[in-house]
Amino acid sequence: MSETLAPEKEGTVNVAVMNQVAGSGARAESPLHHAELDKLAARNPRTGGVMLRELKLLGHLTLRGSQQNESFMNGCAEVLGLALPTQPLTSVEKGSVSIRWISPDEWLVVLPADQAYEVEQGLRAAIEGHFSVVNVSGGQTLLELSGPNARDVLKKSCPLDVHPSQFPVGKVAGTVFAKSTAVVRRSGEESWELVVRRSFADYIWLWLQDASREYGLVIKS
Amino acid sequence: MLHIYCPHCREHREEEEFHVKGQAHIARPLDPESCTDKEWGEYLFFRKNPRGIHHEIWYHSTGCRKFFNVTRDTVSYEIKEVYKIGEQPQVVAKG
Repeated sequence: MSETLAPEKEGTVNVAVMNQVAGSGARAESPLHHAELDKLAARNPRTGGVMLRELKLLGHLTLRGSQQNESFMNGCAEVLGLALPTQPLTSVEKGSVSIRWISPDEWLVVLPADQAYEVEQGLRAAIEGHFSVVNVSGGQTLLELSGPNARDVLKKSCPLDVHPSQFPVGKVAGTVFAKSTAVVRRSGEESWELVVRRSFADYIWLWLQDASREYGLVIKS
Repeated sequence: MLHIYCPHCREHREEEEFHVKGQAHIARPLDPESCTDKEWGEYLFFRKNPRGIHHEIWYHSTGCRKFFNVTRDTVSYEIKEVYKIGEQPQVVAKG
């Protein structure tokens, strides 16, 4: 009993780290590949209240660590070029990198896919102590809803209070979205980003088409 | 629907974002081997079912995915307080 519960010996870090992006030459399919959004975008109506775009094939890194671990906080700030947001339900963004607060010890970093491996290695080199960085790029995708009626679609889909007084630009909230789950972020005055699970992406896509039908849905490529 | 304050997200959210995980403050016996069958059985299976103040664990399953404690009145369903794991309740049943 005591043998199986024995803690790992200190100093033995045994983590298999590999580049999960096969490179630009390899064919990659986003979770909504089958929906052929590019083709739909080509024959769209010109006007509508809701615009939908898949921000596909980005790098997603789940970061976990304690805010009390200075090496973790400093290392992340140094490697990502952005300090981790410690205020609940907030996000930070700089250039093509954004960081969402998920919980007091968890953050989601979204960055260009070709930087994910480099950043992951950088974090492992820079941080000491107990932390975790996992590349979850293949497990989820990012959808952007925008337009004057995007907020109405959210109101139908999730129990969050999305009034501007309660949901300022930059706020992040994990919630129930159409009985599935999503991490909702307000990225601009009229634009919102949803992080959805790969396995639910098709369902969410069907849901969003239905929910935005009355406002007019315009697909953007 | 309950409107529940998450102490980690620091705002109220709808009940459907949470799961209830049953009675709080159940201490696992330090030495299970020396428990009698009665003690071990009560630890595993026997739960309070009070009329009034009840301390229970809730889980913010679709939000921050953290556990926390809630003191709830089982008669009125009113949530008296919310506190983090490891803390002790301020509102307790009389007697």
